[in-house]
Amino acid sequence: MIDEELVQLLTPEGERVSHPDYTSTLNSEEIFALYRDMVIIRRLCNEATSLQRQGQLALWAPLQGQEAAQIGAGRAMAPMDFSFPTYREHGIAWCRGIAPEDMLRIFRAVTTGGWDPQKYRHAVPTVVLGNQALHAVGYAMGIQRDGAEEAVLALFGDGASSQGDTLESFVWAAAFNAPVVFFCQNNQWGISTPSSLQFKVPLYRRAEGFGFPGIRVDGNDVLAVYEVTKRALENARVGGGPTMIEAYTYRMGAHTTSDDPTRYRVDAEVEVWKHRDPLARVKALLTREYNTKSSAFDDVVAEAESLALKLRVDVLAMGRPDPITMFENAYAAEHPLIEEGRREMIELGVSAGSPA
Amino acid sequence: MSVVTMTMAKALNEGLRRALERDPKVLLMGEDIGKLGGVFRITDGLQKDFGEDRVIDAPLAESAIVGTAVGLAIRGYRTVCEMQFDGFVYPAFDQIVSQVAKLHKRSDGAYTMGLVIRLPFQGGIGAIEHHSESPEAYFAQTAGLRVVSCSTPNDAYWMIQQAIEHDDPIIFCEPKSRYWEKGEVDLDRPAHDLFSSVLRREGTDVTLIGYGSSVKTMLRAAETAASEGVSLEVIDASSIAPLDLAPMVASVEKTGRFVTVQEAPHTASIGSEIVAELTQRCFYSLRAPGIRVSGYHVPYPASRIEEDYRPSVERILDAVDRVMGFDT
Repeated sequence: MIDEELVQLLTPEGERVSHPDYTSTLNSEEIFALYRDMVIIRRLCNEATSLQRQGQLALWAPLQGQEAAQIGAGRAMAPMDFSFPTYREHGIAWCRGIAPEDMLRIFRAVTTGGWDPQKYRHAVPTVVLGNQALHAVGYAMGIQRDGAEEAVLALFGDGASSQGDTLESFVWAAAFNAPVVFFCQNNQWGISTPSSLQFKVPLYRRAEGFGFPGIRVDGNDVLAVYEVTKRALENARVGGGPTMIEAYTYRMGAHTTSDDPTRYRVDAEVEVWKHRDPLARVKALLTREYNTKSSAFDDVVAEAESLALKLRVDVLAMGRPDPITMFENAYAAEHPLIEEGRREMIELGVSAGSPA
Repeated sequence: MSVVTMTMAKALNEGLRRALERDPKVLLMGEDIGKLGGVFRITDGLQKDFGEDRVIDAPLAESAIVGTAVGLAIRGYRTVCEMQFDGFVYPAFDQIVSQVAKLHKRSDGAYTMGLVIRLPFQGGIGAIEHHSESPEAYFAQTAGLRVVSCSTPNDAYWMIQQAIEHDDPIIFCEPKSRYWEKGEVDLDRPAHDLFSSVLRREGTDVTLIGYGSSVKTMLRAAETAASEGVSLEVIDASSIAPLDLAPMVASVEKTGRFVTVQEAPHTASIGSEIVAELTQRCFYSLRAPGIRVSGYHVPYPASRIEEDYRPSVERILDAVDRVMGFDT
C-alpha cells in the first residue's frame, strides 16, 4: 500500500490533487517539456533493450516505470548541481545533457566510462551498491569549503538501502550538514530481493533517525517529484542541510536484460502498477486542462523515433577499441608496469601502439 | 642547510604541516585527529592551526572517511585520510579497491584521485589484536593504487609531502614501531624521489631487501654480520608498489645473493614479488635462490610472543647463512 503521507499532485487518472505543503509551479509548456523527456527516455530505453536482445549490447538496465522519478528529479537540478548515479539513471543523464549514445558505451562494453563527468556534472555510474552516496556527501563537503551555492543529488535505490555505505553517508551528511539530497528510487525490487526483506518501516522514515527530513513522494508523478526535489535542493544550497526523498515507484521491467522477473514476482502486481503509469497521467492532464493537440503528442513520438534510430546507428558504429587503450588513465602519472604491459602488447603485434 | 633531529612522528607532523601550508586544497580527515591529535599524535596541533574545516574529525566509519575523500577529490580537494590502525582499514577496502583505484580510469581521466591513505602498519608495539597487521600486499595487488612506506624521519617528512602532491592515490604505510625513533631531517631538500629503492648500507656478500620496520632490523643484522666478517648490503624498498627494481638488480648483480625481509606472511607477498623479479632479471648473476624472511602464516599473534613472529636479526642472519652456504 502507498503510504498516506505520500506527496502526490497528480493522480494516475491525471486529476490534480492539492497537498498542504506542495503546489505545482509549472505552466503548460513546462509540463509538456517533462512529458516529452519521459516519452523520449522511455523510447531510447526500449531501443537499448532491443539492441541488447540483438546481441549489440552486453547488458542493459531498463528504467521503465521510473521515468517520472528520474525526469522530475533531473529537471529539478540547477546547472551547477552535481549528481551521483547508479547504473539505471538514464533519465537523469538525459536531463544533464549527456548524449544517449554516451550512456550506452559502458553497456556496449567499449569503455568503462562514457562521458565527461566534470563537464556534465553527472558522475560516472557506480555499480557497487551505495558507494556513490559517500562520494556525493564528500563532494557536498567540498561545496561547503568552496562557499558555493550548489547542491548534490545522491541517487540510489531500495536495493542499496541495506548497504553500510548508504547509512554511513546519512551519518556524514547529518554531522556536517552537507548540501546533499538523497534521492532513493524505491522500485520495490533489488533483482529478486523484495522491499520486505530490506526494511520494516518505510524508507523515508529512516531520515528522521539520522537527523534530517525524509519525504515520500509518488515517484510516478513527475509534477510532485519535481516540486519536492526542487525544494530540497534549494534548501540544501542555502545551508539547510540534507533531505532524503523516497520516490515510491516500480520497476516495470527486469533488473537487467540478464534477469527473469517471472521467477519471483506475480503478474498481478505488475498489472496494478500499469495503472499508475507515469506518462499516461500527464498526457491526460495536458489533454484535458490545456487542450494539447494530438498532433503535438504525435510530434514527440516522431522525435523519439528519430532519436532511437540515431541511437541505433551510433551504437552499431562503436567498434572494438584498440586493446592498448586499456593502459590509458590506469594511472595519472607514469608507472613502470603500465609501460611494461604496453611494450609487450606492441611486441606481440596486438596493437600498433597509441600516442598516449 | 638546516638539519633537525626529530622523531618519525614529529617528521610526519611537520610534513603534513608543510602540505597544509602550501596548498589550501589539502585536507586531513580521520578519527580523533583533531583535538586529540590522533592516537599516535601524528596530527598534533594541526586542527588548532588550520581549523576544523581542513583538519576534520570524522565520525567513526572508515569506509566513509575514504568514500567522502573520493567525493572531495572529484571536487578538487586532496584529502589525507588517516586509518587509525592497519586492522581498521578493511571496512574501507571496498571504497579503496572499487572506487579509489579505478575512478581515474573509469572517468577517462576526468577525475584526479590525488588522495593519500595513511596506514600505521606492522607490529612491535605490544598491542592487542587488529593493531599490528601488514596489509600492504592487498593494495599492491590492485592496479590503480601505489603503496609506499617510510623507514626514517627524513623519509617520513619528505615522502608524505611528495605523496600528497602526487596525482595517483597512495597507500602510505607508516611503521608504527618506529614512530618514536629519532633521526636527522634535512628540511631543505628530499633525499630521493617518492618511488625509489634506497641503498641504506653498502656490502658485498648478500643483499637484504625490506621496508618499513624491517629496515632497521636489517641494518642491525648487517652490523652483527660485519663483526663476523660477512658484508651485507641493505636496500630499503620504500616504494612497495611499484617496486623500484633497478637498484635491487644492480645490487644483486654485485652480490649474487639476496634475502627479503617483511613482517607480513610470505604467500603472495611483496617479498615473493621481489624474488620473482630478481630471479628473472638477475638469473645469470645469482649464486643462490632468494629467500624470504617473514611473519609466519598465522593471524598476528598475541603481542607477548610477537617478537618470535616478526623478522629478527637472528632469523635474517640464519637466512644469510643459507644463501651463503648454497654454492660452497
